[in-house]
Amino acid sequence: MYAIETDGLSKRYRLGVSGTGWLVRDVSDWLGESLRRVRKKTGGGPREDGYVWALSDVSFNVAPGEVLGIVGRNGAGKSTLLKLLSRITRPTRGEAVVRGRVASLLEVGTGFHPELTGRENVFINGAIQGMTQAEIRQRFDEIIAFAGVDDFVDTPVKRYSSGMYLRLAFSVAAHLRAEILLVDEVLAVGDVEFQRKCLEKMEDVGHEGRTVLFVSHNMGSLLSLCGTGLLLEAGRMTAEGTIEDVVRRYLAVQRSDVPGFARRADFDPAEQVIESVELLDAGMNRNADFNYGDTMNVVLHMAGTAREPYGVELRIRSSKHELVAYANSWIHSESGVFERPAKVVITIPELKLVQDDYLLDFNLRIPRLYHVDAWWEAIAFKLVHCQPPGSPMSLARSESWGGVVLDDVRMVTLDP
Amino acid sequence: MTSEAAWTQPQPDAALAQRFEQRIRPESGWFDVDFKEIPRYRALIWLLVRRDFVSLYKQTLLGPAWFILKPLLTTLTFVLIFGRVAKLSTDGLPHLLFYFSGTFTWLYFSDVFTKVSGSFIANANLFRKVYFPRLIIPISILVSGMATWLLQLLTFGVFIAYYRWTGSDVRPNSVALLTPALLLMLAAAALGLGILVAALTMKYRDLSFLLSFGIQLMMYATPVIYPVSAIPEEYRWLFYLNPLTPIMEAFRYGFLGSGTFSWPQLAASAAAIALILLLGLSFFGRAEKTFVDLV
Repeated sequence: MYAIETDGLSKRYRLGVSGTGWLVRDVSDWLGESLRRVRKKTGGGPREDGYVWALSDVSFNVAPGEVLGIVGRNGAGKSTLLKLLSRITRPTRGEAVVRGRVASLLEVGTGFHPELTGRENVFINGAIQGMTQAEIRQRFDEIIAFAGVDDFVDTPVKRYSSGMYLRLAFSVAAHLRAEILLVDEVLAVGDVEFQRKCLEKMEDVGHEGRTVLFVSHNMGSLLSLCGTGLLLEAGRMTAEGTIEDVVRRYLAVQRSDVPGFARRADFDPAEQVIESVELLDAGMNRNADFNYGDTMNVVLHMAGTAREPYGVELRIRSSKHELVAYANSWIHSESGVFERPAKVVITIPELKLVQDDYLLDFNLRIPRLYHVDAWWEAIAFKLVHCQPPGSPMSLARSESWGGVVLDDVRMVTLDP
Repeated sequence: MTSEAAWTQPQPDAALAQRFEQRIRPESGWFDVDFKEIPRYRALIWLLVRRDFVSLYKQTLLGPAWFILKPLLTTLTFVLIFGRVAKLSTDGLPHLLFYFSGTFTWLYFSDVFTKVSGSFIANANLFRKVYFPRLIIPISILVSGMATWLLQLLTFGVFIAYYRWTGSDVRPNSVALLTPALLLMLAAAALGLGILVAALTMKYRDLSFLLSFGIQLMMYATPVIYPVSAIPEEYRWLFYLNPLTPIMEAFRYGFLGSGTFSWPQLAASAAAIALILLLGLSFFGRAEKTFVDLV
């Protein structure tokens, strides 16, 4: 028996705000099908304007204990899916069966009251998620200890730092007695140390036999946490399978779209200096497909608001989000810093990478000091074909070949 | 982090999963309210009630005294305006007792009604992000209102004792034992109307403007500041169409010994209230499912 079964799950939203027009539409909806049929006969199609399908015809099953990653771009319907499964709203069509108690962490600190203390909020939050007083009391110390807010339990949460707030909220959700945990993008905020802790806690959750549905833009945590995945595009499920396959599909989808990206909304650096980034080929045309040995130009468009001169770091990640290569602007000299540039063009004369989907990270920093801006996994490209000159075969998969090809390595034999 | 271990699948408690099985379907039918789940959220009701109480007097000078002062001040206004100036009949009862009995009971009804009808909008942010049976909020409002009402009932008892001691003709009798039933009827009426309005205002906010006016009007249509005996005989049937009338009258009769009391009227009132409650639940049941899409 599955923990979650969905069958043709669809959700339609009305566009626009409520107002006088609604009464008219309500009445016509209520008059309903007969009216619509008449209109159809007279030539008009089914009226769908003014509506949008956030999710359409999504069917999948989740086994108990499975950790499923939901992948997709903003607006693909990921959050809508979680809202339907957590019963925050109902589907327009289709059905789902959920077996077990559901705890959801759709937004950090939901139901936290700023005036109440940490202790009071833990109790209210637990109760909102259906725990009894006794259950909360029993886990209270554990929750507080995990969040690391021991000294502040009796302080109103409005005085908490955003990190503390997040930790406490996650901790409550993670300690709930629920068989199914729905988590939406909560790890996008918070420090690295806590992210690691949350991921570990969620792995524990997997061990306890809890089913987890996890929405994230962070491919790294998806890959390390989830076993299976599903890909949503514009409300439709377009792929389903192991998380590796789904992430690969997702990256391919994202890459094929536009090879220039705007800043993702879920990353919050100290300053926003990088405005956008584009990938160009040797002839300075936008491109996202490269072959071994090609020249790649990366253009960073800057807002020019940085207070001090900064250098640029570039990192290349594989489709599994492992770092495979690194470069920076000051590697050869101390003067590799820029003063309010409008654009920085990074040229990689020869891409010596094996076939894979890659992601680029950018850091702007004052060498040996702090980060000015950081933009990770900002843009993706594909290395389509890797056959170093003179090589009898192509290097197809990064799993077996690694990322970077060291093409100037010499191997000689020495006779005894 | 080793990932292999994370998706080994231990056998979870099948019985437990079965017990909490949920079917998620499009909204359907005229009466789709899930009561089964509510007991699981007892803790939430209790915490909400407590939060209501604590937050109400946290920033005030007089604190909990306001629970008594609020109806008392209204009563004094009524004594002055309707008793002294307009000289309305009080069935020969001491003015303070008469108006206080009407006021605090009416305030319970109107407070619960108002708060429940605004409960969707007031909690929109919470509803958007987490699921719990939406009826929990109205129920918690109902319960915290009851607690306030009980405090006021005690005060009322003190007043009655004082007036009896000073020799006024006040005769509490066995009908007062019906108080719990009367309170429940009042609560059911406030809840039924409240959730009905809540469901309707969700789309058509205009209703919320009419609400305070409507409640005011209802007060004058209910024997709060006058006894039914002050109404000419031939129009009385009109007042008994209001299901709140028999409740107010029975309450006053039980504690003060004047007014009218009849079982058939009370039964008719109970039936009407049950109908209102069912209607309210039906609308609420439909509205709660997709409410978050509209705000």
